[in-house]
Amino acid sequence: MKKKWLVILLVLSMVTFLWGCGKSSSSGGKSSVLEGGASESATQLEYWTFVELHGQHFQKMLEKWNAAHPDKQIKLKVTVMPYDDMHNKLSIALQTGQGAPDIADIEVGKFPDFLKGTPQLEPLNDVIEPYKDTIVQSRLNMYSKDGNYYGAPTHVGAALAFYNTEILEQAGVDYTKIDTWDDYKKAGQQVYEKTGKYMGTADTSALWQASMMLAEQGKDFTDDAGNPVVNSPELIKGLTILQDLQKSNVLATIAGGQPDTEEAYGEFNKGNYASMMMPFWIMSRFVNYMPDLKGKIAIAPIPVIEKGQPRSYGGGGTGTVVTKTAKNVQLAKEFVAYAKLSLDANIEIWNTLGFDPVNMEVWSMKDVTHNPDNKFIQYFKNNPFDVLNEIKDGIQQIKSTPASPTINNVLGTTALNEIFEDGKDVTEALNEAQKQIEQQLQ
Amino acid sequence: MVKRFLYSQKVAPYVFVLPFILVFLLFWVYPLGSSVGMSFQKITLGQSASWVGFANYAKLMGDGIFLKAVMNSVVYMVLTIVILVPFPMLFAVLINSKWMWAREFFKSAFFLPALTSVVVAGTIFRLMFGEMDTSLINSFLGLFGIEPIKFLKGQTTGFIALLALATWRWTGVNMLYFLSGLKNIPEDYYEAASIDGASSFQKFTRITVPMLKPTTIYVITISIYAGLAMFIESMMLWNGNNSPKNIGLTIVGYLYRQGIEKSDMGYAASVGIVLLVVAMAINLAQLAFTGMFKKED
Repeated sequence: MKKKWLVILLVLSMVTFLWGCGKSSSSGGKSSVLEGGASESATQLEYWTFVELHGQHFQKMLEKWNAAHPDKQIKLKVTVMPYDDMHNKLSIALQTGQGAPDIADIEVGKFPDFLKGTPQLEPLNDVIEPYKDTIVQSRLNMYSKDGNYYGAPTHVGAALAFYNTEILEQAGVDYTKIDTWDDYKKAGQQVYEKTGKYMGTADTSALWQASMMLAEQGKDFTDDAGNPVVNSPELIKGLTILQDLQKSNVLATIAGGQPDTEEAYGEFNKGNYASMMMPFWIMSRFVNYMPDLKGKIAIAPIPVIEKGQPRSYGGGGTGTVVTKTAKNVQLAKEFVAYAKLSLDANIEIWNTLGFDPVNMEVWSMKDVTHNPDNKFIQYFKNNPFDVLNEIKDGIQQIKSTPASPTINNVLGTTALNEIFEDGKDVTEALNEAQKQIEQQLQ
Repeated sequence: MVKRFLYSQKVAPYVFVLPFILVFLLFWVYPLGSSVGMSFQKITLGQSASWVGFANYAKLMGDGIFLKAVMNSVVYMVLTIVILVPFPMLFAVLINSKWMWAREFFKSAFFLPALTSVVVAGTIFRLMFGEMDTSLINSFLGLFGIEPIKFLKGQTTGFIALLALATWRWTGVNMLYFLSGLKNIPEDYYEAASIDGASSFQKFTRITVPMLKPTTIYVITISIYAGLAMFIESMMLWNGNNSPKNIGLTIVGYLYRQGIEKSDMGYAASVGIVLLVVAMAINLAQLAFTGMFKKED
């Protein structure tokens, strides 16, 4: 009797086992080979990215490169993978020394993890040198370690305020009069009273707002030595202002936790929130994901705590890297520098991607920045570069340090949720976060 | 010589088990051994590793997020067992009963969710449990005048979503185990019981449940491991490994965060070893308690 049972259980467990084998999920991402007018003998390089649009930019630059360098032609195999997937796969490939692409995009939030120990990336110093004087230095520093530059930056990511003028007009608010958070609060209360809509979001899953508040006060998440200080009086003050705005019905949390998520695009597109303060690149999200707001969004500098404070900071970023295992390191490096840092590349980065290029000369090229055929120009009520040039000298930088991924994680999953979802005391939440970060970094 | 070897009755069994032994050594013993080794190392990008003794384990003990992950996994495991043993057993008995109609339909209907990919199911459940008033669950609750709930942002509500997903997905599988167990209970027992005047309920508690014991033990055993090792469900439900306040973080999720996302393989290995020890201890205790190690009579 018992023997029979054993056999049945054995068979059952084998079935489960085999069945488990069959459930392998494949997530290979989307690949395509860009020819870019290259001849048969061209070298094929592999490029991984987590943003499909970046591939389009590389396609344009590839055509130019192949036309200009007939002796060094390139075919580019572009593979687009989801954000987490791509970074995780790249990390494993670099760790094992197998299967990494020649060129890859690494997001600034993940970059410090790739610089740990001996970076398995090629220093780009020699190919960056010719362009170094034309681009914003702080954006290069984000991807550097011990004097070596490992990533070619994509944009400045200057934070701006985006106002839905349709809602503001209904409430009788003039956004151009908003200079400080006090002004913003009054405007927001008016919007809530008149329309029942919220002025903006209280972000729980990203640090855009926290960074903004620190940058205005000339502070950072880390001290000069790179040690985390998230319970600084400045951050406490900044988040307290935001929490007060939330309590006054000016801000509210949003599905997705922050404006740059699918759920939030929908909420904004429906006109449930009247403003967001986000880095420049959010413009491409407006154009691609919030079509109903076309012609309604006006751009302005972000409000400050006290007049005279800096009115922007560089947020987000992607560094394009060349891996140590690249087939032709020198060729890959030259191409990356050409495709990301040359003047042509900077102009294309605006045209195709709608980003604020790291070569600030482009910012004042009227024919580029005021081109009426440009879809980004057509979408917004006023010209983004007019605002950008106005705040140009006050763009602060939030440092990227080895502690940054941990800081992002602890604040973005725990502290901000406690503050804005549970209404926890800001000082208390940040003190706990500081403790947790220190513990994690041991 | 060769022929004698091939036809030898002594050698044959070893030849037959050899593939399994090889697979077991290569894909189980070797990785386990190297994980144990790694858990005593600090490994950084660029393949450099140094021995750090028990530093990883010492850090684990004081790691609040790890303890949170262990809590989540254990609570999830206990709750899945509480739900996924009695209910599938009950459904199996109902489907197996003489008066059941459309038996095959219900069998396949219960089993169908197990065939869908966790990725798809998790994504659908995330949308269903969305915090907007237009999401499926909230619009249903809205019919009763209940305000929209931010399911995936709270501990209890998050677990409700997680358990709903697990229940939907695994009820059918466990039910099949119990069905096959029921088929092996001789009809005579029930007849004899009927003659003695036993009620249906008495038959269920006195015959069905005891006779299903081996199946129940098997289901509990796999549920303990599956519960402790759960990861993809949480990852898909929260669209990533970072749920708000880590309400959905599991032990494997933490291992993934440390090893893959932060490329701290040594620390991740120690998380894995702790998981193995915990799962093994609970399973052995459970098996000993239910008398699986007693000699067969």
